[in-house]
Amino acid sequence: MSQQGPWDAIVVGGGHNGLVCAALLAKAGRKVLVLERRHVVGGAAVTEEIYPGFKYTVCSYVVSLLRPWIWRELELARFGLELLPLECSFTPHLEGSGLCRWPDPDLTRQEIARFSATDAERYPEFGRTMGRLARFARHFIDAQAPDPASIWPRDLAQLASLGQAALELGDADLEIQRKLTLMSAADLLDEWFESDALKAPMSCSGIIGTFLGVRSPGTAYVLLHHYMGEIDGASRAWGFARGGNGAVSEAIAASARHHGVVIRTEAPVAKIKMSGNQATGVVLESGEEITARAVVSGLDPRATFLRLLGEQHLPPEFAKRIQRYKFRGSSGKVNLALDRLPDFTSRPGIGPHLRGDIAIAPSIDYLERAYDEAKDGRFSSRPYLNVVIPSLLDPTMAPEGKHVMSIFVQYAPYELADGPQSWPQHREAFGDAVVDTLAEYAPGLKEAILHRQVLSPWDLEQEFGLTEGNIFHGELTLDQILFQRPAPAAARYKTPVRGLWLCGSGAHPGGGVMGAPGGLCAKTMLQQAGV
Amino acid sequence: MPRPTPFHARTSAACHSFLWKEWNGFAAVRAYDGHSEDEYFAVRSRAAVLDVSPLCKLDVSGTDAARLLSRVFSRDVERLPERRTTYGVLIDPKGKVLDDGTVAHLEGGVFRLCANERWGSWLRRNARGLDVSIEDTTERWAALAVQGPASRDVLAGLVDFELPAMPFFRCRAATIAGVRGWVSRTGYTGDLGYEVFVGAADAERVWDAILGAGRTRLVVPMGLDALDVVRIEAGFVLSGVDYHGSRAAMIESRKVTPDDAGLGFCVDLERSTPFCGQSEVVRDRDVGPTWDIVGIELDWAELEGLYHREGLPPHLAPVACRIPVPVYAADGRTQVGQVTSQTWSPILKRYLCLASVRRPHHAIGGRLRIEHTVEYERRTVGGTVVPRTFFDPPRKREVVRKTERTNPPAPRVQEHR
Repeated sequence: MSQQGPWDAIVVGGGHNGLVCAALLAKAGRKVLVLERRHVVGGAAVTEEIYPGFKYTVCSYVVSLLRPWIWRELELARFGLELLPLECSFTPHLEGSGLCRWPDPDLTRQEIARFSATDAERYPEFGRTMGRLARFARHFIDAQAPDPASIWPRDLAQLASLGQAALELGDADLEIQRKLTLMSAADLLDEWFESDALKAPMSCSGIIGTFLGVRSPGTAYVLLHHYMGEIDGASRAWGFARGGNGAVSEAIAASARHHGVVIRTEAPVAKIKMSGNQATGVVLESGEEITARAVVSGLDPRATFLRLLGEQHLPPEFAKRIQRYKFRGSSGKVNLALDRLPDFTSRPGIGPHLRGDIAIAPSIDYLERAYDEAKDGRFSSRPYLNVVIPSLLDPTMAPEGKHVMSIFVQYAPYELADGPQSWPQHREAFGDAVVDTLAEYAPGLKEAILHRQVLSPWDLEQEFGLTEGNIFHGELTLDQILFQRPAPAAARYKTPVRGLWLCGSGAHPGGGVMGAPGGLCAKTMLQQAGV
Repeated sequence: MPRPTPFHARTSAACHSFLWKEWNGFAAVRAYDGHSEDEYFAVRSRAAVLDVSPLCKLDVSGTDAARLLSRVFSRDVERLPERRTTYGVLIDPKGKVLDDGTVAHLEGGVFRLCANERWGSWLRRNARGLDVSIEDTTERWAALAVQGPASRDVLAGLVDFELPAMPFFRCRAATIAGVRGWVSRTGYTGDLGYEVFVGAADAERVWDAILGAGRTRLVVPMGLDALDVVRIEAGFVLSGVDYHGSRAAMIESRKVTPDDAGLGFCVDLERSTPFCGQSEVVRDRDVGPTWDIVGIELDWAELEGLYHREGLPPHLAPVACRIPVPVYAADGRTQVGQVTSQTWSPILKRYLCLASVRRPHHAIGGRLRIEHTVEYERRTVGGTVVPRTFFDPPRKREVVRKTERTNPPAPRVQEHR
């Protein structure tokens, strides 16, 4: 296919959602150009060799939410995507042997029973309940956001089918579902379990990517969001892409190219071209102008509407809404190149407990204290960490016998007390706090470090274009999901500007390496005339 | 009562699951840790070792060794150069398949037949008047398959020759971890891999050396459950499952010609010594084969739909299924064959079947319906006939010369304009 226009659509931003959208449009016969600012595609799903021989899955680091229908439609397996299972979830403690949750239910039961026999029996029941609710929630994530204000027959039918699915849930589940939307993760778990050692690591899913604490209302919903993952029909399964999350993007890009998408890297877009109320193309920072019948933005809502487009082209109410849309990045990332594996005092030696995710979340209070510091504009001195050692799943990530470690860190508030631009002065101290925290549980870690990459929310914004460093293109709080994401007037990928569409995580159903916003945006565009 | 293999001290120490099965009279591990998932991913993304000692091995030597094997094997063994291995079938005088296996032409005029069953007496019966010596070496040689993308790097440092330059389907005598034996670049996984043969007494030493060298690459022992998934991905048929050898067939209709078993590709008809049953094979071919073993990919959306209708998530067994189920023509009523092996492929994200179907339903692209039970009710799911080799990575055949030796493939970070 020709590398030249005219283009049916230009996708701004070659993140995983932009690529999914482009690939699906091209598969339907449209001519699509993807413009990526950086030298690699993938956005926040990239693998880069920052330190020679060691491949960091720089930002996002696991896969679970990637929608199976996208996987199939884009034949991602054929284009090289392989997902390796993360086997367990290990929570080390300073004293005692910690808690490890295994794929084997009986092993897990024995582990939890060391803290509470009741919890050990309740645990599978909780998983099943969340599984049922997540199955209900999947009605939402594999379709456009329902519009409660619409009287169009199709929208009414969608609402009716959701009502039907809700009825099928049964009273008990429905009550939990209603509560979920209002409760905090800690309160929800308190209703089920008594052991802090179990509740703490479970509650963490409720705070990821938000500027909330485990005791803040609404976090129970975010917890459910993380139960929606599925791999091969198994709910709540987490995987690691062979080659890191860059391999996810590369597979999507390969599929996109196969369908004729043209991808240009190092092609930063300066602004979206307008003619009246119609987006007609883009202007690159180089001054080059490219026209297209539609412009699809994989950037977050603020970057799209306020930076690339400009307030003057927007209805004033809508512009205000976008200004108020909350980002409040709260997490950072530390990647380490290691000479040897960490050795945890709670479980000495090299064992299968290192092959899943490792959570530093010893208690609910610990997590809440970490949040308290963030509220005052400081990074947590003892943060919540989620650690994965990719080289234990895919040894090609590091030279033979060496390892890479990916550490997700919360809280690292974008708004430091002396402003976000002060992050460069605090970055290494933040990295030290992370390493110090982990080294309390795994002494000798510091001596094993060959190289360290520290990414603060400010760095995520500068390098990856994530506004305020929010990994989800805006918080996944109740006021910012479904038909309110990012605003009612733009909740269905279509925006108030004709010919401009939103396909990133700032659109329904939100963040994570899910591909759903990109996929659903493409579907919506193809259903509607003009593209 | 299954007997231990030469690796038993090691396999039993590693097998925490108590999951064993009988294989040719030997005790073989099904899954070391209770579920085969990690073993499966190891063989596809790292490397895994599999004790294949129960394979039946016959060492044939003497001036007429090649001639004898040519008489009983579908490949022309007389034209098989030294240090090469070939895959083919043993055929009975009626032109029906007895078994499938490999013949390796080792150094010094020795040939080794590896098959599913013991064929010593069958070979002796065909050896009248020939100068050959036939020895059943099943118990004498311990055999270990080292398979997966990292297998080359793991083994390269343990052998006394330039292993990366060894092409696919080659074999040779070698010293492995200080032990005399043979290495053959073959396997039953459809991946880059090797099979190592050493004397039974040296088995543990070689096991320790290979797993020791593979430690940093996370090489693990693998059982038969994971093997069953990868061999279906590779499209390899299994005797006794996907077809029945004529010696074991209770009834005539169970017997198959090489073409019926999808193995017509390994029949050499141009040869100086005709093989036993050759004229019958030619005659059957002239009449036209009636069956074929094909690959079928199930329609995932339809399968998922059957479960969703019951309010269930799709049920995927963690192991391959060998319970045969009927295959129907597109009308859903006329039975045209049976699926004999099926599995979900976690790497390919496709549901794969090996099936025997009546011609002309074997044509690639053809639509069939496959029985599938959901909530105790028999339903059918649509499927498409596809090439049987579902998984065939270039690394399987790749040869690395000294100068171009590289690190394992890295994720591509950038390549386009």
